[in-house]
Amino acid sequence: MTTEILELTAAEAATAVRDGQLDAGELFEAYRERAAADTLNAFTWVAQAAPASPRAAGAVGSLSGVPLAVKDLFCTEGVPSQAGSRILKGYRPPYTATVVQKLLDAGAPLLGKTNQDEFAMGSSNENSGYGPVLNPWDTARVPGGSSGGSAAAVAAGLAPWAIGTDTGGSIRQPAALCGIVGLKPTYGACSRYGMIAFASSLDQAGPLTRDVTDCALLLRHMVGQDHRDSTSIAFPEEIRLPERGDLKGVRLGVPEELVGAEGGVEPGVRKSFDATLALAESLGASVEPCRLPHAPHALSAYYLIAPAEASANLARFDGVRYGLREDGAADLTTMYTRTRASGFGPEVKRRIMLGTYALSSGYYDAYYGTALKVRTKIAEDFRAAFTEFDFVVTPTSPWVAFELGAKLDDPLAMYLNDFCTVPMPLAGIPAISIPSGLSDGLPVGFQLAGPAFSENRLLEAAHALEQAIGFDGSRARGGAA
Amino acid sequence: MNEYEPVIGLEIHVQLSTQTKMFCGCELSFGDEPNVHTCPVCLGLPGALPVVNAQAIHYGIMIGLALGCEIAPRSQFHRKNYFYPDLPKGYQISQYDVPLCRGGRLGDVRIHRVHLEEDAAKLVHVGESGRIHGADRSVVDFNRGGTPLVEIVTEPDLHSAEQAREWLVLLRTTLRALGVSDVDMSQGSLRCDANVSIRPAGSGELGTKTELKNMNSFRFLHDGVLAEIERQQALLEAGEPVVQETLHFDPVSGTLTPLRSKEEAHDYRYFPEPDLVPLEATPEMLAAARDALPELPAARAARLESDLGLSAERARELAFRTELADYYEAALASDGAAVDPIALANWIPQLVERIGSDADPAGSRVAPASLAGLVKLVSEKRISRDTAREVLDRLIASGGDPEEIVEREGLGAVSGEDSGLGEIVAAALAADPVAAEQVRSGNMKAIGPLVGYVMRETKGRADGGEVSRLIRAQLGL
Repeated sequence: MTTEILELTAAEAATAVRDGQLDAGELFEAYRERAAADTLNAFTWVAQAAPASPRAAGAVGSLSGVPLAVKDLFCTEGVPSQAGSRILKGYRPPYTATVVQKLLDAGAPLLGKTNQDEFAMGSSNENSGYGPVLNPWDTARVPGGSSGGSAAAVAAGLAPWAIGTDTGGSIRQPAALCGIVGLKPTYGACSRYGMIAFASSLDQAGPLTRDVTDCALLLRHMVGQDHRDSTSIAFPEEIRLPERGDLKGVRLGVPEELVGAEGGVEPGVRKSFDATLALAESLGASVEPCRLPHAPHALSAYYLIAPAEASANLARFDGVRYGLREDGAADLTTMYTRTRASGFGPEVKRRIMLGTYALSSGYYDAYYGTALKVRTKIAEDFRAAFTEFDFVVTPTSPWVAFELGAKLDDPLAMYLNDFCTVPMPLAGIPAISIPSGLSDGLPVGFQLAGPAFSENRLLEAAHALEQAIGFDGSRARGGAA
Repeated sequence: MNEYEPVIGLEIHVQLSTQTKMFCGCELSFGDEPNVHTCPVCLGLPGALPVVNAQAIHYGIMIGLALGCEIAPRSQFHRKNYFYPDLPKGYQISQYDVPLCRGGRLGDVRIHRVHLEEDAAKLVHVGESGRIHGADRSVVDFNRGGTPLVEIVTEPDLHSAEQAREWLVLLRTTLRALGVSDVDMSQGSLRCDANVSIRPAGSGELGTKTELKNMNSFRFLHDGVLAEIERQQALLEAGEPVVQETLHFDPVSGTLTPLRSKEEAHDYRYFPEPDLVPLEATPEMLAAARDALPELPAARAARLESDLGLSAERARELAFRTELADYYEAALASDGAAVDPIALANWIPQLVERIGSDADPAGSRVAPASLAGLVKLVSEKRISRDTAREVLDRLIASGGDPEEIVEREGLGAVSGEDSGLGEIVAAALAADPVAAEQVRSGNMKAIGPLVGYVMRETKGRADGGEVSRLIRAQLGL
């Protein structure tokens, strides 16, 4: 692969193809070879060859044939779609998820499927049934999760761009830990049809890209109402490519509840966060403390609501119709038990148990019911904050990428990863993470959250900051090749 | 059953006759090759999402309005969680604490609620027994899975097996009139469970109830409920308690066997279905459903009774079988020179008895106008009742116009002096002087053989009333 191709962002590559300076087939093959030689375990499946025709390669679409890495849990017709779980080993769906189909139609051919935490449950990608993904900045460390494969692939230059899903931070946190851009759209902006569900009321598809412009370009072709998803909503405007270079008049709110002592933000991350705030002020933004009084309870509410929905969503993996079945059982219940016992990993089992308990007769009101009330309060907190502020900003993750195995035995410590990312999906609002710098040589993420359907404004602000920060991610691309 | 009063409530599942399934675009079918009407949604494939069928909502609202229910402006779908191979998602999408319809009444029975849900797939047990016990293996046919269902739950307002059966007939007629379901119990598009308890007559408290599953014909419902009432009564009389359980009625042996014990009772862990938004019943949807409502059987019976003077019993007999009332009203409308509505109504059962009690008379060879014509011939005494029955048989066999048949076959009533009826009466008196003498001396019962003689001679064409009048006249009475 020529270094020139690798150094192009996806948007630049698309332009080069459109201008006749780059051949779409060559572009695809260059990335296909890198993806096939993946040493990070970022991919669970890589395309065998470039699509046969220019049309199939996407060269005629507006994404000009720039190949796309897709998180494993998006159903792709005829291609393994296992959601990182052994229970779906070898499962090839008969249909393609709406978001993937839209991107294929727009001219982004499928490069491969990326590794993830099983059923998107995890913050380190160590819960994958297909082995952990390594962080290209330091292969002894995790890439974050659950969209760890997508984040690592983009950061390492194994894919020009990727899509993932975010339920409690699963796009933003791995984007932060891998030094790339990740956006979780407004709930309903992107169709969930064909996304293997974790928690239906929270799951959203979104882009993981090298920069904010790529993010906007990919998102433009992802949003839209889908008659197959009743919870999808027409996006009120076209997603624009951001051009803004300043933050004049932009009011940033810093929620003490998330950024303060309770969030456990480590010093290096704090330092990068403060530096970014100072940079924002220098670009014309105002930075003031804001209140999200119920945000500290978001994690507790999240770990009731998401597992509750998951306990039902994962009931279909019963060995009857597809995926793993443990044969030889004398009766139905034993077949169910054996299949699910051997097909699901420990974190998935933990959450099914949590969710089943939270919904049980006699406990529903105390757990699930209360969690729903907290959720409403959190949404109200954000609404109130957005009357005074354009965006709420936090570090994306309290920590930089940690070592493999470091938090595996302590689920609660692992859950704290999501402290700053969980409130937004509970409120259904969009949030973006951009790299704000390095701490001890590892990327730090800066998060901006805005009101529902404020994606264009979020992208503009993120773009202005990105220009000023001038983050250089090339080391991760060189290190992994 | 003097000491105990049965208390019965019904839970009815109705398959809606929409074009497509409740949450996907698969066609509804019956009897097709297995697993041909399936898609990612109704197979519960990973990533598939449900989308509500607007026609099912429309039908649900129609049913609610027809039963006088309150329609919730915003109802909610819930997930009902349990594992079974006929339930591909591991949960059924149903409604729980905010159903589409609440309250209401049909006939003498209050409606508790009406809600929408999806049907399970069909399990087929392969093996000699054909049942789950002793089957070699079980296979699943997902054609039925996801069929729209309406569940109707009554209050416990029924007090006998016969009343339960009659009410279910009324419900079926009402649903059929709405055109929202095939309501065919033999094919499972109408399924009924019954909750049965008994209590000392006059008591205000409810006894322990049992649930009778799948009473899938009117007779099974009747026989099953009756058997359960007797079983519970025997228990209480023996000083034993009734145990709350689910029972399966075997119509062949007439026995009830426990289906699953209470210990295995499910915790369904209902919670709001996050894949669907709340169901808003807009004023436009309510208006559309209201506009689509036909005249309902109960209202029709009342109209037949008050406007046409039919007896309450006859009015219900016709109105509760839509096809009979339709035929009746078509016959009534066919003849400008009005046929007597009461006389006409009395002839419908005669026709039904002859064509088979479940047949639709509109499908017979007897045109409604022909029946009206026939009844008019009787009313005008142009033919006798016996002749009319004979003509009806001919109409059923080969159709035609009753007046023509009467003329062609010379079946016109024998009446008046110049018809020779007087001579036949005289012959009858001469033939049976004993009877004639008894009648003359006031024993009117003895007139029977004399009338019978005349009827034999006239081949039933004489009018019975005129014959007895002539007999009395000739005897100087």
